[in-house]
This record gives sequence, C-alpha cells and structure tokens, in this order.
Amino acid sequence: MTLLRLFWSFFLVGLFSFGGGYAALPLIQEQVIEINSWLTPTEFMDILTISQMTPGPIAINASTFVGTKVAGIPGSIAATAGCVTPSCIIVLILAALYYRFKGLSMVQGIIKGLRPAVVALIASSGMSILLTVLFANGSSALGLSNLDLAALGLFIASLFVLRKFKPDPILAMLAAGVAGVLIYGFIL
Amino acid sequence: MKKGARFYWNLFFSTFTLSAFTFGGGYVIVPLMQKRFVKELKWIDEDEMLDLVAIGQSAPGPIAINTSILVGYRMAGVPGAFLTVLGTVLPPLITITVISFFYMAFRDNPIIRALFRGMQAGVAAVIADVVINMAAKIIKNKRVLPVVVMLLSFIAASFFDVNIIIILVISGSLGAYTTLRTRGGDGVKQHDSRKERSE
Repeated sequence: MTLLRLFWSFFLVGLFSFGGGYAALPLIQEQVIEINSWLTPTEFMDILTISQMTPGPIAINASTFVGTKVAGIPGSIAATAGCVTPSCIIVLILAALYYRFKGLSMVQGIIKGLRPAVVALIASSGMSILLTVLFANGSSALGLSNLDLAALGLFIASLFVLRKFKPDPILAMLAAGVAGVLIYGFIL
Repeated sequence: MKKGARFYWNLFFSTFTLSAFTFGGGYVIVPLMQKRFVKELKWIDEDEMLDLVAIGQSAPGPIAINTSILVGYRMAGVPGAFLTVLGTVLPPLITITVISFFYMAFRDNPIIRALFRGMQAGVAAVIADVVINMAAKIIKNKRVLPVVVMLLSFIAASFFDVNIIIILVISGSLGAYTTLRTRGGDGVKQHDSRKERSE
C-alpha cells in the first residue's frame, strides 16, 4: 500500500513538472510535506541541499530519498519508477507525433503559456524554503524573536555573491556551509 | 547499423556515465548528450538532435530523463528507450540511496547540522537567484498576459493555497488558446514553430 502511494505521489510529480530544473520543486513539496507528511520541512531542505551536490535531477533524487526513508530500497525503486513513468509515456507519444508530423507548435504554445506560472510556483516554494531556513529553530511561529540572524546574513551574502560574481552554485553553497560550521559551531 | 550486444551496451553505458558524472541537472547534461551522440558516436545528426531536445523540454518530467528516452527511442525503439532511461536513473538512484543511509546516521551530529544549516541558506540563495533570472526574462518580453499570469499564480499559490495542478492547467490552456488565435486556426504551423526555435 505504501509502495503504491509512493509510486502514485511521484507519478503526479513527474506528470506535472513542466520546464525542468526547479519546476518539480513545488510539486515535491506539496506531495511530500503537505499531503503525505513523509518529510519535515527541515528534512526536505536537507535533501534539496544533497541534491545540489550529487548528480541527477532533483525529482529523481527526492523520490529516491523519500522512498528509502519511507519503505527502504523497494520504496526508493517504487518512487523513482513513479517519477519517470509519465515521462516515458508522454515523451514516446510526442516522439511518435514528431516523426509523423514534424511540427509541435501547439505543444510549444502550451509550454510557453505554462512558463510564467512555473516561475511563479518556483518563487512561491522558494519563499517557503527561505522561511524554513530563516526560522529553523524548531518553532513554526514567524515572530521576529525566532529569526535566525546568522542564516539571514548567509542568505543575503550568498545571493549577493551569486548575482555579482556568478560562481558555480555548488561552490557558493559549500562556502555557505563552511561559514555555517564556523558561525553555528564556534560562535553561537 | 548493426545492433548487436555491443551497440546496446554502448547505448546504456553512454547514458549511465553521462548521468553519473553530470552535476547540475538537465541544463548541463543535455549539451553533453548532444556532444556524445552527435559528435563522438555520430549516431544522430545535429538538427535532429536539436528537435529531440526541444521535445524533451516540451514534455513534463526531468529534462535529462526525457532527452535520454528520446535518444534511446531514436536508436532502438521502445527497448532502446527503456535501456537509456535505466542508464540515466541508476546513478542518482544508487548515489542517493547510499547517501540517505549516511544522512540518517549523521544528521544529528552538531558539526554536520551546522554545515547543513549554512548550506541551506546557500540553497535558498541559489533558488532566489534562479527565480530572479527567470522572472526577469518574462518581464523583459514586455507582454502583459505572461506577467499577469505570473503574479496571479504567485499570489494564488502563496497566499490562497490553490492547488498547483489547477494553476498549471489554467495557464497551459491560456497558452493553447493564444497559440490557436495567433495561428488563425488554418493549421499552418511551420512559421510558428520556427519562430519559437530561434528564441
């Protein structure tokens, strides 16, 4: 039953994440944190962090991680299979259409229409991620007294460096991690 | 082309190694796939590969997965597609399974916790950076509808908890509607698709 649930949840993630990259983020968040409570927001942040530093698409990494946590190795296989099944079906249909008609303007029109919504959804889940990071003291109250100033400083500094110098994101994150060890480990 | 065991092994092994050593997701792996299958193996010509990449981006799901399915299908039909999807999925599946066991053992270690907290601030910044770039691109087009859709979707998802799938279905239908209108409904699509390609 759990395996079926895992398969189906990540099937939906695979089916509705248009546009690659971070487009799957809001869908994973909804399935994994809100609907099924498989991960806490902090655990979700951790898998996102791990995802950035290992090869493979975020959606696949998240499905493997959640699957393993919920039901061991069979779980990771069920979730990953769910995640790629819609791709297999839809891509094969599109490929068959392409080789027959050589034109996909309708599909591309839909994708174009989706793009602003996808950006908005990524922004929305980015905002909830930021809130998780800034108020990570285990309390859900968003009062100013719970604000983690060190995290806020690290976020602003990282964003500034990313915008200004455009380094490899992995390097920027590792630098923030080392700074985190120094700040949380030795100062606070 | 003769399709012996060696060919299938090559197909699987190419996608497996590309997936295993590519950090940074679809935007990095797709150009590398182009290099491998067009330049090195010379299995697919340049133009066709560009079309396959466009199809991969039009379908839902991870772009790296979609493109590898297309390459496999192009080379060896449905069995080829299964082989390449397996090749692309196995490396992250193995890596993350191993890491998740370590994660569960080490997550309460204070140093690891501090490292993660720092990196999470970095991840939030990376996502903010990506969002700023993507939104700027949409605003720069100077068309009203996409900007309105973007703002309304953000408000609907953030403040009213509207289901993501509903937002996607509505904005996708709007896209379909505008395509139909600009095309004039006469079914001539060559012009349109060429314009989109050049973007």
